Amino acid sequence: MTSITSWGRLRAAEHSVVPLSDRESAAQVISSARRPALASGMQRSYGDVSTNAGGTLWDCRGLDKFIAFDEQSGVLRCESGVLLRDIQATFSARGWMLPVTPGTAMVTVGGAIANDVHGKNHQSYATFGNHVVHLTLVRTDGDVIECSPQENPDWFSATVGGLGLTGVILTAAIQMKRVPGPWIDAEDIVFESISDFFELSDASEAEYEHTVSWLDVTTDGGRRGIFTRGNPVAASTPEPRETRLTFPITPPASLVNRLTLPAFNRSYFRLKATRARRRVEHYGSFFYPLDSIGDWNRMYGPKGFYQYQSVIPRRDAEEATRAMLAECSQAGAGSFLGVLKTFGDVQSLGMLSFPEAGVTFALDFPEHGEQTEALFARLDSIVRASGGRLYAAKDARMPRDMFERGYPQLERFLAFRDPGISSELSRRLLGS
Amino acid sequence: MTNPIARIVVVGATSAIAQHTLRAWLAGRDASAHLIGRSESRLASVEADLRVRFPGSTFSHEAVDLIDVEAIERVADHETANGDPDIVLIAHGSLTSQTDSQKNLRAASEQLIATGVSPALWLEAFADRMTTGTLAVIGSVAGDRGRRSNYLYGAGKGLIERVTQGLQNRFEGTDLHVVLIKPGPTRTPMTEHLAVAGARLADVHLVAEGIAHAVTRNKRVAYVPRRWGVIMAVVRSIPAPVFNRLDL
Repeated sequence: MTSITSWGRLRAAEHSVVPLSDRESAAQVISSARRPALASGMQRSYGDVSTNAGGTLWDCRGLDKFIAFDEQSGVLRCESGVLLRDIQATFSARGWMLPVTPGTAMVTVGGAIANDVHGKNHQSYATFGNHVVHLTLVRTDGDVIECSPQENPDWFSATVGGLGLTGVILTAAIQMKRVPGPWIDAEDIVFESISDFFELSDASEAEYEHTVSWLDVTTDGGRRGIFTRGNPVAASTPEPRETRLTFPITPPASLVNRLTLPAFNRSYFRLKATRARRRVEHYGSFFYPLDSIGDWNRMYGPKGFYQYQSVIPRRDAEEATRAMLAECSQAGAGSFLGVLKTFGDVQSLGMLSFPEAGVTFALDFPEHGEQTEALFARLDSIVRASGGRLYAAKDARMPRDMFERGYPQLERFLAFRDPGISSELSRRLLGS
Repeated sequence: MTNPIARIVVVGATSAIAQHTLRAWLAGRDASAHLIGRSESRLASVEADLRVRFPGSTFSHEAVDLIDVEAIERVADHETANGDPDIVLIAHGSLTSQTDSQKNLRAASEQLIATGVSPALWLEAFADRMTTGTLAVIGSVAGDRGRRSNYLYGAGKGLIERVTQGLQNRFEGTDLHVVLIKPGPTRTPMTEHLAVAGARLADVHLVAEGIAHAVTRNKRVAYVPRRWGVIMAVVRSIPAPVFNRLDL
């Protein structure tokens, strides 16, 4: 048994880990594992979608081979344990990149599909699953299901965003996107109010592929921040060397607390504000700023932390965002990572995909027991009242009825579950 | 004169360390690599992966019985027929459980042959046919001192070390370099999320970079990561009466 914790480090639990290392033997290993089991990748999900305490985890990180790349069409076939980091590094200099990438490249393709992740360009490219053209799914009864938006489309839309519960994703084919190279023409803009954020978003979405904002949650109850936008660009600068620091230890208490946080936020804001300008930036630091600090999640100390990520339909988004900020401010709970971003109108393909047209807001909170729970309950009521929902990939605590109301296709999804697969999240939110 | 493309032969090419070492090498320069292993289908997958990653390099593969002496000779003959490869990397071995091998003499025999005898014969076969280039083999820190938890595996790796020492002595002053690499425990699946002190396992991707570097520099013995050189110096120097009471 191996002790595993997910990215939020809220709990460590014993798992029996079974490595999958090649596609030849994977189906056999999957159908003979002790149940219930769950496919696992880099454990970058914050909550309990990726853990299965007391059960089996199929470690898919050994499934890290590319299968084929078509230089004409840009379709990449690979095993599900391939890291987004490897895809970007292999293809960016050849003029292709992933059309959609989340804020870390240290995740597997399988995890990106199972959580149907999104990135800074949701308004133009929707989610990761929108660019998956084929999947091979292995069920615990030994069945192998080939699916795509055309072939077995129900299985496809159950599996994209399906939280790993429909089977094990063995291979995937991804339609890559043509880019001029590994560079982004990026610009940071300071905003002084939430309404400025919405104005900047509206003004930028037509002309900029990527938009995202960091919000200084602790100053004046949260209003100012840095709006970042960018487009792919050709440049002849040499690529930067990879620099990597690692958070060496878990401090005895969270370094993010009531005393340090306002100072953190103020200095980060000042740093970004004084450097706010237009520049050509490498995709690595533009997409994945935190990947250069290994194990940054240790900063929150031994008790771990939560991420609370909601999406609110556009109509009520501005008001709901202000209300959530007011709750945080009243609770004296700030967040270092406050990220605001608009989602576009493209429908996600997955039955349980998170993104929908509106505004998504993500906040990190160190675990403080009841106090944190009480704040979440108040944030929940704002999200519910405005018809929003929470992101399962980040969640470790949402009430079951909130999940059921937020995901209207849940009933339909259940028919596609693999009875041999279960996660802590599925036991908490689906009852099994 | 044009600089001819480097030619690499990898025995045990489907092992994780061999695959990652090839990725580390080929990221820096194009080469032609011949992949040798036990399973045809796994070799084909590894070759396909490398083709996608390194379109400027060329690849071929060959499935053989790695413990068959005739097969070893045939492959070594063929790979040296038109000149010496620049690098031969021998990377296979079998880390099965010590307790299983203790209980079952057949398993013990298979482990000793796969981990020790077979790599030694591959080394010997190439050493006898090459006059230039680098012959590198993956040993292990487990070969430095026998201990209860893995001494049969360690014995196989120790055998490789003696053979390498002999070859280094035999080829001293020639253009054939023999490199022994001793990886420390490499990150096993999933342990990376453990923030337990002492459980510092190395990432296979970093180990592979260390190996690629050691081979390029023709080091005689390279511990990867380097801290294992110091750790094993201490482990080797503990007197037996003390060592035998430790649970290592």
